[in-house]
Amino acid sequence: MSFILRRLAFYVGAAWVALTLNFLIPRAMPGNAVQSIMAKFPNLQPAAYRALEAMLGVGHPGSLWHQYVSYLGDVFRLNFGTDVLEFPAQVSTLLAETIPWTLILVGTATVMAFAIGTGLGIIAGWRHGGWLDRLLPGLMFFQAVPYFFLALIMIEVLAVRANIFPIGQGYGEGVVPGWNAPFIGSAIYHSLLPAFTIVITSMAGWMLQMRNVMITTIGEDYVVAAQAKGLRPSRVVLTYAARNAILPQLQGFGLALGFVVSGAIIMEIVFSYPGIGLLLLNAVNAKDYPLMQAIFLVITFAVLISNLILDFVIVAFDPRARTKEAV
Amino acid sequence: MTAAPPLVAEVPVLTVRPARGGRWQRLPLKAKAGAVLLGIFALAGIFGPLVSPYDPSFQSPSLSLSMHAPYGAHWLGTTQSGQDVFSQLLFGIRLTLELAVVVGAIATALSVIVGVTAAFLGGLWDDLLSLTSNVFLVIPSLPLLILLLGYLPQQGQTPTIIVLAALGWPWGARVIRAQTLAIRNRDFVAASRETGERTWRIIAFEIVPNEVSLIAASFVNTVLYAIGASVALAFIGLADLNSWSLGTILYWAQSQQALTLGAWWWFVPPGIAVALIGTGLVLLNTGIDELGNPRLRDARASRSARPADPTPVWQQETPPRGPLTRLAASFSRSALLSEQRERP
Repeated sequence: MSFILRRLAFYVGAAWVALTLNFLIPRAMPGNAVQSIMAKFPNLQPAAYRALEAMLGVGHPGSLWHQYVSYLGDVFRLNFGTDVLEFPAQVSTLLAETIPWTLILVGTATVMAFAIGTGLGIIAGWRHGGWLDRLLPGLMFFQAVPYFFLALIMIEVLAVRANIFPIGQGYGEGVVPGWNAPFIGSAIYHSLLPAFTIVITSMAGWMLQMRNVMITTIGEDYVVAAQAKGLRPSRVVLTYAARNAILPQLQGFGLALGFVVSGAIIMEIVFSYPGIGLLLLNAVNAKDYPLMQAIFLVITFAVLISNLILDFVIVAFDPRARTKEAV
Repeated sequence: MTAAPPLVAEVPVLTVRPARGGRWQRLPLKAKAGAVLLGIFALAGIFGPLVSPYDPSFQSPSLSLSMHAPYGAHWLGTTQSGQDVFSQLLFGIRLTLELAVVVGAIATALSVIVGVTAAFLGGLWDDLLSLTSNVFLVIPSLPLLILLLGYLPQQGQTPTIIVLAALGWPWGARVIRAQTLAIRNRDFVAASRETGERTWRIIAFEIVPNEVSLIAASFVNTVLYAIGASVALAFIGLADLNSWSLGTILYWAQSQQALTLGAWWWFVPPGIAVALIGTGLVLLNTGIDELGNPRLRDARASRSARPADPTPVWQQETPPRGPLTRLAASFSRSALLSEQRERP
């Protein structure tokens, strides 16, 4: 079996674990959506309890196995139930409105941070002891700062005081969302500061890691041999040292993706960015369980799919994975 | 390219040197800086609440004290309801550190148990445990934490600790398993096995003492994770909002518009505190790494074992696999990439 197929099987397994956890948690924990609605409207008759249960589909009729099968079917049809927060709305509608915002912002910024961080790491590792290297203690500080805190500082300095960027929101007031130039321009303008924040915070980690692997790789015999042959330094760095140092870096990227994406999503809250993060905050505050569950699944699946895409990149880069493909 | 990929990391060997001179002097500079930084915060956490100038929850009735900038009587200013930010910070550091250390201890114990068990039992058990930790590494933990805590009717310190610890072990387990596999076949372990030592004695007195630096690093990492996650969870409101932690201070600052009203003294100090504690932990970890692995020091390469680091793989030490265990292992990325070298 090929590398990609085996990885695919692993992700399907991981997805199944996530789906099953998502199924079991509401049934094992106290509290449910109907109770939270009843608490919100104290003058509802007790008889409304059954009606709400039936409407929201949380009454759990039938055996556990039966519930499980129908739950899996619902997820496949992207039916996440009715929302509690904006009551008659479907959860999937709310998700469809917010996912593009997060996907574009967090996706682009994360890939950019990885690319820039790796690039700087190559330079720092090659020019070991140079000025980039001396920035390392500062970078450790950035690594330790919570994303959302840096976001607060960015807003304070660049938006509130310097007034260069808007304070928050996804687009300006009075702009009509749609495929028109003012809206797209406004959306890009509003996403610059959040994107910059994500890049700054997650870049440091990639740079540090790439630098460390580079330093180890540069000591390898084949790099010395390449230098001895009199190849141009740029060729030695890029096609000999960095070419090999990037393999563990790519694997690390896959493993850290969950952290990075979750951090970026929390950061959206600070910017009142109309993405998944803000939706999650509202869901948590309103005890909106169906929405919380759906968001967990969306983020998990996004990370799993990104990992699968990354595996394709690894196949392109790593001859060991390619030979497995051929077998 | 040579056969050995840079995936293979050096085996950290803990050299026990004779106690000559102060231990403190021999510590790498980074570890010293980290330890001092953490020491300051630990002292603030222990003694801070005792010397705190005000009750952090006391709301000053005087309107002029609402969102007052720092001055003599309130070193870090006041919140919207006239609470003293400095006192909140002192209480917050204690609660945050308490939670992080407890989570770190529980999760690290779990990683040691899982990692050592997996490496010692080998075979199918090893692969099942490894597969489980790989699955939990790839599922993003923060949304899962939010889901678990969101379903609780009441937020509090204990549930947060339990949930964070339950999800915090896979990374450490992976690293410790790899290290145990490497040590397991060393001569001194074989020698004690030959002399008839029981397995638990070998584990407790031969294996674990040789992994002290790794376990310490894993503990520091888990504390870092616990601080980050607990602050983020509190920030979105999934904590006991009547208690004072660094995260809840940030939550109140955010929800009461500290930002738009320009009250920087309200949200900057707790954020800086989180960042400095984090920096201290990263520095300490780098120091522990250098202490345990002199080669890193010689290369002047600092490695902090972040979750993003590739797990060191010692493939040559992997025990032979049966068909079933081979299948179970064949789904992990690193096993797939190194499988070729396993075949002679």
